[in-house]
Parts: sequence; C-alpha cells; structure tokens
Amino acid sequence: MINYIKGLFKGLWSLLVGLKVTFREFFTRKITEQYPENRSTLKMNERFCGELTMPHDENGNNRCIACGLCQMACPNGSIRITSEMVTDPDTGKQKKHLVKYEYDLGSCMFCHLCVNACPHHAIEFSTGFEHAVFTRSKLIKTLNKQ
Amino acid sequence: MFDFGILTNWIHTQLTSVMSEGLAIFLECVIIGVLLLLLYVIIAIIMIYMERKVCAAFQCRLGPTRVGPWGSVQVICDVFKMLTKEIITIRHSDKFLYNLAPYIVILASVMAFACIPISRGLEILDFNVGVLFFMAASSIGIVGILLAGWSSNSKYSLIGAMRSGAQMISYELSVGLSILTIVVLTDTMQFSEIVMRQADGWFIFKGHIPAVIAFVIYLIAGNAEVNRGPFDLPEAESELTAGYHTEYSGMHFGLFYVAEFVNLFIISSIAATIFLGGWMPLHIPGLDGFNAVMDAIPGFIWFFAKAFFIVWLLMWIKWTFPRLRIDQILTLEWKYLVPIGLLNLLLMVIVVVFKLHF
Repeated sequence: MINYIKGLFKGLWSLLVGLKVTFREFFTRKITEQYPENRSTLKMNERFCGELTMPHDENGNNRCIACGLCQMACPNGSIRITSEMVTDPDTGKQKKHLVKYEYDLGSCMFCHLCVNACPHHAIEFSTGFEHAVFTRSKLIKTLNKQ
Repeated sequence: MFDFGILTNWIHTQLTSVMSEGLAIFLECVIIGVLLLLLYVIIAIIMIYMERKVCAAFQCRLGPTRVGPWGSVQVICDVFKMLTKEIITIRHSDKFLYNLAPYIVILASVMAFACIPISRGLEILDFNVGVLFFMAASSIGIVGILLAGWSSNSKYSLIGAMRSGAQMISYELSVGLSILTIVVLTDTMQFSEIVMRQADGWFIFKGHIPAVIAFVIYLIAGNAEVNRGPFDLPEAESELTAGYHTEYSGMHFGLFYVAEFVNLFIISSIAATIFLGGWMPLHIPGLDGFNAVMDAIPGFIWFFAKAFFIVWLLMWIKWTFPRLRIDQILTLEWKYLVPIGLLNLLLMVIVVVFKLHF
C-alpha cells in the first residue's frame, strides 16, 4: 500500500518534470532554417561537412606532401593523388611533390576520415552544401592549384 | 452577457408568422443541422492546423509555413486532396459494415458536439439529462471503431480496434466519475444550468481540492477516450501501421481523422464547460469593475478561449509522453484512476454535505 502511494507520487513527479522540459522547449527559438529565403544570411554549423577543400596561402602554396594517407583512408575511393619525385635543389634529396589532387564529390560520403588522416592539415571540409550540377563530370574536382 | 436566445426566438416568431409551426421547426432543424456540420468542419480544420503548429513548437520546429501565410491554407489543401482520393474497396471485407463504420463514428461525434453550450442561448441539445446524453452519444463511437476493425478483414485493424474497445470502454468510467463529481456539486445534469451555476466562480475554484483532482482525472481519461496522446495505441503507427483505419482510404479515412480531432475538441470543451465555466466570464466576487470588464467580452470568445486552452494542454501532454503499453493503460485506469475517482467522489460528497465549498 505504501509502495502504491509512493509510486503514484513518484510517477506524477516524473511526469511533471517531463512536462517542464517540453514547456521550455515550446518557447525556445525554433531551429528551423527557411532555406531559399534566408540564403544570404544562412550560417551553417562550423562542423558541417559540405565539401572537401584544400586551403592555399597567399602565394598559392598548399600544405599537402602527397603522402597518400587520405587516399588510403577514403572508404569510397573518392580521392586520387598524382605525385612525382623531385630533387630538392638545396639538399639534393629526393622529395615527393603533388601534381594533381582529384576529389570526386559524387562518390564522397562526407565521413571526414580523410581530414582525420591528414598529418599536415592540408585538407578540410567547407560548409558549402549547394552541390547540384548538370553533369557528372563537374563533380570531379581538382583541389590543388597548378 | 448577450443572450442569443432572443435572436433565435425572433427567428422562430418570424418563421411561424409566414408558415405553420411544424414546417418552421423543420426548417430550423435543417438550418441548425447545416450550421452544426459547418462548424464541425471549421473546428476540424482549425484543430488540425493547431495540432501541426503546436506539435512543431514542442519539437523546436516551425511547422507548415509554405502554403499561404504561416501555412494557414495547408490544411484546406489537405482536405481537398483527401476529397479527390479514391475510396478503395477491400475484396474480402464486409462491404456494408466497412462502409457504415466511418459514418457511425462521425454520427457519435456530431451528436456529442451538439451538446456543447457555446454561448448563452446557443445550445442545440439542452435538456435535463444532458450530461447523460453526452456520455451515451459519445460512446457510440466505440461501435464504429470496432466495426471498422472487424469489417476490414485485416489483423492490424482488428488488433487496433480491440485495443481501442478495451481502452475506450475502460476510460469511459473515469470520465463518468469525474463528471459525476461535478454533478454532485451542481445537483443538475443540464449543461446550460451547469454553466449558469458558475456565474460567481468556476467549479474548479468553487469545488477546490476534489474539483482539481476530478479535472486532472478528466483530462487523463478524456485524452485516453479520444485515443490520443500517450494513449494512442489503437493506432500505434510503429506497430499497427494505422490501427483500426489501416484499410481505409480517401474520405472514409478522412472521416475518422476529422472525428478524432473534433472528439479532442469536444472533450476539451466539455472540460471547459464543467470545470472552467464554459462561456461564463471570469468573475471575482467583490470586484464589480473587473467583473463588468470581463462581461464585455462575448461568451463564445470565452468558451473558445477556454476550450482551445485545454486542447493545448492535451497537445502538450501528447507531445511529451511516450506511448503506454496495453497492460499499462489498463493498469493506470483500473488500479489508479478509478479508485482515486471513487475516493474523490466521496470527498466531493463530504464537501457538499458539510458545505465546505465556496
């Protein structure tokens, strides 16, 4: 009997706690984005994985060392790296140099594994999400500047 | 407070002056019927729109925004979509009962709807056992739901209908007990009279503790009665596809859908009528200026404000709690609500006998 009454009031209390949570939610600012209308002001979340990019500094240099770790990490084979061996004029040592960094947006699943694998933070995801194009070939992008 | 009875009496005398009494009454019945159905549809549309908006707000969304300003034309478009859809006949179903079931549900709903006093003089069915009639009329809906489940020859429909039968018949009891608690306080079963007795304070204030308990029990049981909220297992989408109306399509499905929403409104408006004073404005004894201001607001605005407030409360409950299992639902009813309701009735009798109410 005492358990019955205790359970009754405990249940009521937990229900009230639940109601309090949703009541607060009722008045919070709604997170819905009304996309085409707010296109100019839309701010995507920082960690949103939109499209793979390779940032370049003002001299047009990137940090990629053509190690190929991203290519190996990619589960879909969306990344293809073409590299060449060049001799460093100062030290005379052989060094790998990036020729072409090809990224297929069409087969990318935005898993972020390539960025995690990169030892030099040479690639990162941008927040751009408007990827629609008319032909498949336009989705294959060359990320490094030549 | 404007008395709509003056207007209706004027219409009646005007009609009887040009035709016989029987014809006049027949004509009035037709007009009232048409108006009732019109109001029914309008309420359904408002309720569906409100459901979408309120549900969205509780889930931190905006709800419909595209069709019309703030998505207000969305529901009307949905109604037209529903009207143009094909009504599919199921091959091995009981055709007669299958087609009859949605009309029984709608019939019960409209009969219960007609009991609601909207404003002074705006009562359609108002007689000395109105509460009893309301309970009886609203119970007919169960027959429609059971028929729908049985005749559509589908296991999901049948399970949904059986659950619904068990649930609705059980919760009828709690609804009855909590209304009875207020009937003990008022000593009348006529809805218009119940509202008139609340002129000097709504029953939730006059009846204090037992009235508040009865109000809470009524809200829980009423919510279960209309198969909504945490008690929506007759149409549990995740396990029974759509429950008793799985096999229905087009406007037959639409009738079930509309009836569900209007039943929610009926439950809310009855709660508003017997606990919150119906169309009676908020009166505080002693503050004459305040009372006069409150009287200036028309009765139907009071009524709809209260009814929709309770609708909002029920939607709040619906979008907060997870669905109960069938055994939990019956446990809640038979082991908690009914004993508490009976004790509460006893408490109310004590309060009334010793004149402890205000």
